[in-house]
This record gives sequence, structure tokens and C-alpha cells, in this order.
Amino acid sequence: MAHFFLHTLIGQVILTVLEALAVLVPLLLGVAYLTLAERKVMAAMQLRKGPNVNGPFGLLQAFADAIKMITKETVIPSGANRVLFLFAPFLTFSLAMVAWAVIPTNNGWAVANINVGILYLLAISSLGVYGILIAGWASNSKYAFLGGLRSAAQMVSYEVSIGLVIVSVLLAVGSLNLNDIVLAQRHVWFCLPMFPMFIVFFISALAETNRAPFDLPEGESELVAGFFVEYSALAFGLFFLGEYANMFLMSGMVSILFLGGWLPPVGIAPFTWIPGPLWLIAKILFCLFVFIWVRATFPRYRYDQLMRLGWKVFLPFSLVWMVLTAGFLLATGLLPQGGAS
Amino acid sequence: MTQIVFYVFATVLVLSAGMVVSARNPVHSVLFLILAFFNAAGLFLIAGAEFLAMILVIVYVGAVAVLFLFVVMMLDVRFTRMREGLQRYAPFGAAVGGVLFAELALAFGHWRIAQNIADVPHLVPAPGRTNTAALGDVLYTHYVFPFEACGIVLLVAMIGAIVLTLRERPMGRRQNIDRQHERTAAESVEMMALPLGQGVAELGGFRRPDKSYYVASVPGSYGVTADAVPQAAPAGDDRKGGLGQ
Repeated sequence: MAHFFLHTLIGQVILTVLEALAVLVPLLLGVAYLTLAERKVMAAMQLRKGPNVNGPFGLLQAFADAIKMITKETVIPSGANRVLFLFAPFLTFSLAMVAWAVIPTNNGWAVANINVGILYLLAISSLGVYGILIAGWASNSKYAFLGGLRSAAQMVSYEVSIGLVIVSVLLAVGSLNLNDIVLAQRHVWFCLPMFPMFIVFFISALAETNRAPFDLPEGESELVAGFFVEYSALAFGLFFLGEYANMFLMSGMVSILFLGGWLPPVGIAPFTWIPGPLWLIAKILFCLFVFIWVRATFPRYRYDQLMRLGWKVFLPFSLVWMVLTAGFLLATGLLPQGGAS
Repeated sequence: MTQIVFYVFATVLVLSAGMVVSARNPVHSVLFLILAFFNAAGLFLIAGAEFLAMILVIVYVGAVAVLFLFVVMMLDVRFTRMREGLQRYAPFGAAVGGVLFAELALAFGHWRIAQNIADVPHLVPAPGRTNTAALGDVLYTHYVFPFEACGIVLLVAMIGAIVLTLRERPMGRRQNIDRQHERTAAESVEMMALPLGQGVAELGGFRRPDKSYYVASVPGSYGVTADAVPQAAPAGDDRKGGLGQ
């Protein structure tokens, strides 16, 4: 009976909604606590205490911040383009959510296990720039506009090297399906044979999410707060959530492409007792910790240095590595003959 | 179900394509263009060409349209002047559009799919092949020369764009990263013995380094050309310096 119901149109819709909620509710809770974790971890690194007043260890601080954001007044600048001004944060937030449809949390556990999953992720992450660009333009403010332009140039530049890194991973996998990409790492995680690409991808992920040391679009010392200088209350909160959800997404991509997704480090007994989703979550949390660690450690890049790093260092390097990977796989006969559905 | 989705995508595609040319604000036009790209990608998905759909979004929406938007946002457009132009250029635009439309109508009127397409062996994908892999199978084997030719055309366009915009004019001070890495403390910092209790006030407020700015600076940075570099100040020169020098 229930099985029959699931095959009707309404049953499929309900099932999809439930699957989406099963991914998004933990994600949003994670985002709420990532903001707290960031403040706590950075405080510990700087010998401070961080938020410790609301609830035990400051655990309710995330909700206090959320309530503050929601109850504040939304101020729309008089010269702003109202529709686009409010559309931009929604776009940023919803793009950070829809990407999770293809992330596999265990063997075959994805809301949509599509053949071109990695391309879908690349497409969604390349759209993230629109929220920032539209926000910068619609605010009708010089600071916001400069922040938006910086961000556009930065994200387009680093996407090129992200694309090339993904191509070298795909050469070794022989499939664009995220599930296959994880399964191809049964014997060895790609972060070992492709260690330089792992580093390039991680640094590009920092630039792609506008995180320190590449947070020039919101560089406080030059642009006040960059593209969201005019935003307040819930609209600001959506940008904030979107940025942190993007960090989760990029950490998820790093985990799936290089750290073996849901797979344990070695497939023997004590490691295989822990279920796959927990491994994936542990890897994502590790990446997020490095994100915060980097922020607490490195000073902000200058803009020309950022562009130089993207175009003159990462792009040639990942291009050469891609050719090397292809040549190595071809010479050793390890090139996978993928493509079967 | 698929038909309903098709008509939704097709309707939004046509409407947003109309808005691209009729929207008054060029930024809105570009945003409608992006919406049109999206719906075209949706149509590809319905047709089962998921690779083309994703590539359309990555290349056109993720890169080309971003740069479009980038440029259009920085244009200083006067809306009233634009409408004056409309009167003058409308006939030309209509003529060009009419010719294009006629050509399209002719092309589609005589459009026929080859009858023997199933007999061409390389065009029939192996069973169980995903269409991404099937596309790669023909693109890198039977059509490798046209494919490479496309790449070369794009390369030429890229080099052309760089040549058009590259100027050998010094634009502010540049950082020479290698030069900076080579710098040592010995050539960057000069330790001086100053008389106790007097400071540098009598020496003009601050002391210039032994070498002048032109010698110490990186060749190629602003205002420093090879022939304009003056000789280094002789040793034992008076060390009085000032902002004016």
C-alpha cells in the first residue's frame, strides 16, 4: 500500500520534500552552530573566551543572533532598486541550498543521484556570484558596487582553476556522477595521489566563498562591509546564512572529491562500524575547522596579489597537472573506461 | 507531465527573451537573458541532454553573462537619449531582424533529419553509454579536427582581446614578486649610528638610504626607465635629506 502510494505523483512529491528536509534541516542547524563555532574557535586561537553568556558554553548564542536578525527593521535605501535589492539575498541563500540535492551522504543516498552531478555543483557554485553582483548594483552605493565587482572578478578567476582541478579528478574516475567519484576512492583517497590539486582546490574554495584571506569583496578596511553594506535585518541574515552554507558546500565538495566522501580511511573492522554519513560529516567538520583556522591565521591578500595567484600560479599549475594526470593514466593503462550508466 | 513542464519552460523562455529587448534598463535586460539561458537549459534537460544543459549554465550563465552584467552595470546609460536613438535606428534594426527571421524560416522550412542516421556506425552510441560519454566518443574521434579548430578560433579571439587591451604604459607601482623574495634584510634596512640624545632632527628629520629611490626600486615600476636612472649618490655624500629631494 505504502509502496504503491510512493509511485504516484503526489507520493513522489511528498517523498522528495521529505528528502529535501532531511538534508536541509541538519544543514541549517549546522550553519547556525558554525557561526558559533567560528567565534569560539577563533576566540580560543586568540586566547579569548568567545560568546559564553547565553546558555551553557554560549550554545544559545546562535539562536539569540537569529532572533535579533529577524526582529530588526529592514532598511531599504531610497535610491536602491527594491526588487533586485531583496532578490539578491534570496538568490544567494537558495543557491546555497539547492546544491545539496546531489551530495551523496552514503552509497546511493542522494536526493538526486544524477549522471552529471559534479557539473551541477560547478554550475550552481558559478551562479553564486549573481547574488553578490546584483546586491552590489541594486544597493546604489559605491562601496557595495566595488565589493560586487571585486567579487565577480575573483569568483570567475578561481572557478577556472576549480574547473581544471575537477577535470583531473574526473580523469581518474571516468564518471561525472558524485557517487562514482566517491566509490573510485575505495583504495586510496584522491588527496594522497593528487595532493597538490587538493591544496589548490582548497585555496580556490576559500576564494570562491569569499572567506579570509580572500574576503576582499567585504574588506572592512577598504569597503566598510563590501557588497552587503546597505543590508540589514533578515536580508543581511540571508546573506550571512548563504555564506556559511556555501562554506558547508565547499567543504562537502572537498570531502567528496579528495577525502573519500562517506568512506572510512581504511575498509577494516573498527572503521567500518561507524556509518558512512558520520564519516562524511566528520570530514566536512574538519574542512570547516581549517576554514576557520585559516581565517584566524592569515592576513588579507591585496587585490592584485589575489589575481596573480589565481591566474599566474593556480591556472598554469592545475593545467600542467591535468596534462600530467592524463599522461600518467594513459601510460600506465589505468585510464578508466567509464561512461556506463 | 513532461509536456506541461516543456510548455512552462518554453513560455518563460519566449517571454524573457522578449523582455531582453524590451526592458528599459539594460541591467534588467541582462538578467532576463540569464533567465532565458536557464529555461533553455531546462529544455535541454527535458530532451535528455543533461550534459548540454549543465554546460549551458556553466559557460553562458556562470561566465559569459557575469562579464556581460559586469560591463553593463558600469555603463552610464541615459534613458532619454536611448529613446532618441530608437527613432533613428528602428528601421535598420527591423531590416536586420527581418532578414534573420526570413533566413531562419527558410532553414526550418527545409529542415530534414537524415534518413539513414541509424546506419552511420559512429553516430549510434554503444548501449549503456551515458550521453556525456557518447558525446565524448564522437567529439574526440571522428570530429576531432573540427573540435580542435573551434579551440584554435577561441584561442585567436583570446589573444586578440589581450593584444587590444594590453598597454605597455606604466600603471602605478607594480610589485615584482621575485625581486621581493630576493630582498634581504641587509639591502632593505640600514642601521645607523646616531649621536645619543640628539635624534635625527638636525639631519633634516629623516635620513635617506644610501642608494637613491631609482636605484633601490624595481625596474619597470612607475616612472623608472632604464635610461632615466641617475647614478647612485657617491659614498660620503651628505646624508641630509628631505621630502623635497
